[in-house]
Amino acid sequence: MDRQEDISTIMTNGKGNPNPLFRAQSTDGRLQAIAEGKWFAPVVDQSIEKEEIVLAVKEFNLWYGDDQALFDISLKVPRGKVTAIIGPSGCGKSTLLRSVNRLNDLVDIVRTKGDMTLYGDSIYNKGVDVIELRKRMGMVAQKPNPFPMSIYENVIYPLRIDGINDRRILDEVCEKTLKGAALWDEVKDRLQKSALGLSGGQQQRLCVARAIASEPEILLMDEPCSALDPVATAKIEDLIYQLREDYTILIVTHNMQQAARVSDYTAFMYLGQLVEYGRTASIFKKPQLQETEDYISGRFG
Amino acid sequence: MNNQENHPPASGVAGSGNKASAYRTRRRPGKGAFMAAHGQPMVWLSGGMLAVCVAMIIGLIAFVVIKGMATFWPGPVVRYVTVTGDIVSGEVTRGGHYEPREQLIDDLPMEVRAATMDLLTRNEGISERMLVRTGNFELDNEHFRWISDFEITGKGFPEWALVLERMTWGRFYGEPQSFRIDGETVAEGAEAAWAQFETYHGEVRKRWQARRDLESKELGRINHAQEKARLTVRQVELEARETMAAHGIDSGAYRQAVEALERQREIFDEENRALEARYAEIRDEIAALNRENDRYEMKLVTFDGREKTMGLAEVVRAYPANQLGIFSKAKIYVDRWLEFLWDAPREANSEGGVFPAIFGTVVMTLIMVVFVVPFGVLAALYLREYAKAGTLVSIIRIAVNNLAGVPSIVYGVFGLGFFCYIVGGSIDSLFFSAKLPSPTFGTGGILWASLTLALLTLPVVIVATEEALAAVPSSMREGSYAAGASKWQTIKRIVLPRAMPGILTGMILAMARGAGEVAPLMLVGAVKLAPELPIDGIFPFIHLERSFMHLGFHIYDLGFQSQNSEAAIPMVFTTTLLLITIIAVLNIGAILLRSRLRAKFIVNTV
Repeated sequence: MDRQEDISTIMTNGKGNPNPLFRAQSTDGRLQAIAEGKWFAPVVDQSIEKEEIVLAVKEFNLWYGDDQALFDISLKVPRGKVTAIIGPSGCGKSTLLRSVNRLNDLVDIVRTKGDMTLYGDSIYNKGVDVIELRKRMGMVAQKPNPFPMSIYENVIYPLRIDGINDRRILDEVCEKTLKGAALWDEVKDRLQKSALGLSGGQQQRLCVARAIASEPEILLMDEPCSALDPVATAKIEDLIYQLREDYTILIVTHNMQQAARVSDYTAFMYLGQLVEYGRTASIFKKPQLQETEDYISGRFG
Repeated sequence: MNNQENHPPASGVAGSGNKASAYRTRRRPGKGAFMAAHGQPMVWLSGGMLAVCVAMIIGLIAFVVIKGMATFWPGPVVRYVTVTGDIVSGEVTRGGHYEPREQLIDDLPMEVRAATMDLLTRNEGISERMLVRTGNFELDNEHFRWISDFEITGKGFPEWALVLERMTWGRFYGEPQSFRIDGETVAEGAEAAWAQFETYHGEVRKRWQARRDLESKELGRINHAQEKARLTVRQVELEARETMAAHGIDSGAYRQAVEALERQREIFDEENRALEARYAEIRDEIAALNRENDRYEMKLVTFDGREKTMGLAEVVRAYPANQLGIFSKAKIYVDRWLEFLWDAPREANSEGGVFPAIFGTVVMTLIMVVFVVPFGVLAALYLREYAKAGTLVSIIRIAVNNLAGVPSIVYGVFGLGFFCYIVGGSIDSLFFSAKLPSPTFGTGGILWASLTLALLTLPVVIVATEEALAAVPSSMREGSYAAGASKWQTIKRIVLPRAMPGILTGMILAMARGAGEVAPLMLVGAVKLAPELPIDGIFPFIHLERSFMHLGFHIYDLGFQSQNSEAAIPMVFTTTLLLITIIAVLNIGAILLRSRLRAKFIVNTV
């Protein structure tokens, strides 16, 4: 609040629109301006262009009814890296994540504009088979959501969906996946017991196992530790650290320390706009925008 | 910034000087508010209402259980001598106070009239009386008799008083006199005759049972075979007639049809001859059994000295009522219960068992469940999972909920008009034309009754299923979609299993409602007496077109349509007890199933 700026220099076409009449160069007061419905081009670290891109978000907009939740987001998620999205509550980071596997389709009032591509394949084109698309991605939700069935069936659920019933394959995948999710030793003696009897942290690792059972091209994690205690959180973070070698991970978190610990790239979002995107190290040490630094150092948000 | 000024504790009215005291004044409750402030009256009120509900439930169950359990306990046989010298004997069923009419006292003999008047004056005109089950209907033309206290001059418990439950004419009360085989007296005197009776009664009843089995099973089978053969001929005849109408009387097709008819008639005659022969054989067998049974007779004498000779086969059960110990009484009690549960009714339903009614109730309820659960669950699935929320869906939902409030007899009328007459009539004319004009499906039957009740209980299932589906957390569905499952895969593998306990709750509610419903059944197939069960050993084993007996209807029939209503009333309570028990058993079964499923899908929230 100490930096009262002159917003009259920023001109827009009026109502919370993604198409500014001209783009302000000044970073001063950018957050206030965003709050008033102005759009800025995000500050993106160019080193991202050297990476192999798995997921590319291209000028993506999303509305809940008449309320716009995402404004012209463009974002590239590099392969084999952990990309974190941070930002204050309600900034649209979960919405963006759920748009990647089109879970937002389940909400009747959602409209979108723009596109995303997964290895070059459009996600939002007409005629895209959403179910086939989702099979290429794994997702871990905010709250552990194991299914009401045995641990074994939970893990191999994606394979069952694909109609694979060969016991040998299923057993093999189950063991490999649970080991991958660092859960095997804890549950190997009770695979046929209900998954709902596991602790919260175990359930969440089970959900990770389920998400990676079908070897997804990208793993989406929506605040995977928000419902867990510190010990379980640490285990999940270790797990993410291990998984980065084999999987591309896009993780949403409201915990900045977590983002700093586990991710290679970090995107900072504010009120539906991407503000800054770059290497985690530089974002956390010396961000290009003052606003990012303010947020990271806890001065607002 | 001054935080206190920004956030005053209660309101911003008071000035800063006496802020605290103003606050206290405002918050002090008035005297009258004290009780309400502690919430005590509502605790008492709500607790009291619950207590009343519990008392009503316990009262209802206790009343039915006590009344129902007492019916079969054998009582002693009392022999009263009245002032007029009449002898009234039998079992006392109940008593009470009443105000005797003057006419009754005028009819008394002169010598006791004064004493009676005196007694009545002392008791302010009120007298005690008892209802005595006197039995011996063929001698007295009555089953029961009221007897007043002042009429009684003597009372005794005859040692050899026998109670005989018979196939017809109700109970007989008397003393055994002699026992005869082939018309020759083999035992004289009460004790010896009773000993002989006990010796022979078992085997006579076995033969009688064998005879009844022959009649119902073997003869039934022959009748069915004959009927089937006759219908085959009739079918060919109908076809021939159609051919004639289509091709004319001189056509070759018609001649062929007539030849076919002739052949069929010959086959029929042949089959019929074989069946007739078999029929005669069985008749002979039955006659032989009857002859053997007729050899045994017991001569009894009533307490007022009239003699009666009785064939042993007639007697279902006999016991010397005044000699029984507690164990013998218990044995008779259990025996009567077993007969009640496993036997067919006799004496216009007021005696014997209710097995066909139990069977009918259970089978009808199960068939109903088989129809209503898939229908209701699928309908609810569409409403909740597929249909886009909107006005139309809301209207449909309201309509379904309102269906639950439609009086059940309306469903009965619909079932009769639509299922029996329209659907059943069409089935008859398509597949059972040979049997017409007597209807097969075109009248009340267990299938139509089950369908009618399925319709009646459909809203219950739909509402319960919808609620269960809505209660499945969206995180589970999303998890499934995120794993690449289609909508149906998600419903089949995640939503339905998770909602299953709730769906079963709906099923339980539907069963409880359906099994207890009577009014619509009277229109669509429940009958007073159905000699054939809907499931038996004759092909095709399940006869959905047959009418059936139902416990609820049986209770109504016993209570209001019975000729011997005094004898039927205790049976009303026993049958009610049984109906409650059966519904409870069906429900407990379903609840166990549900809790097993619940244990499988323990609901745990993180």
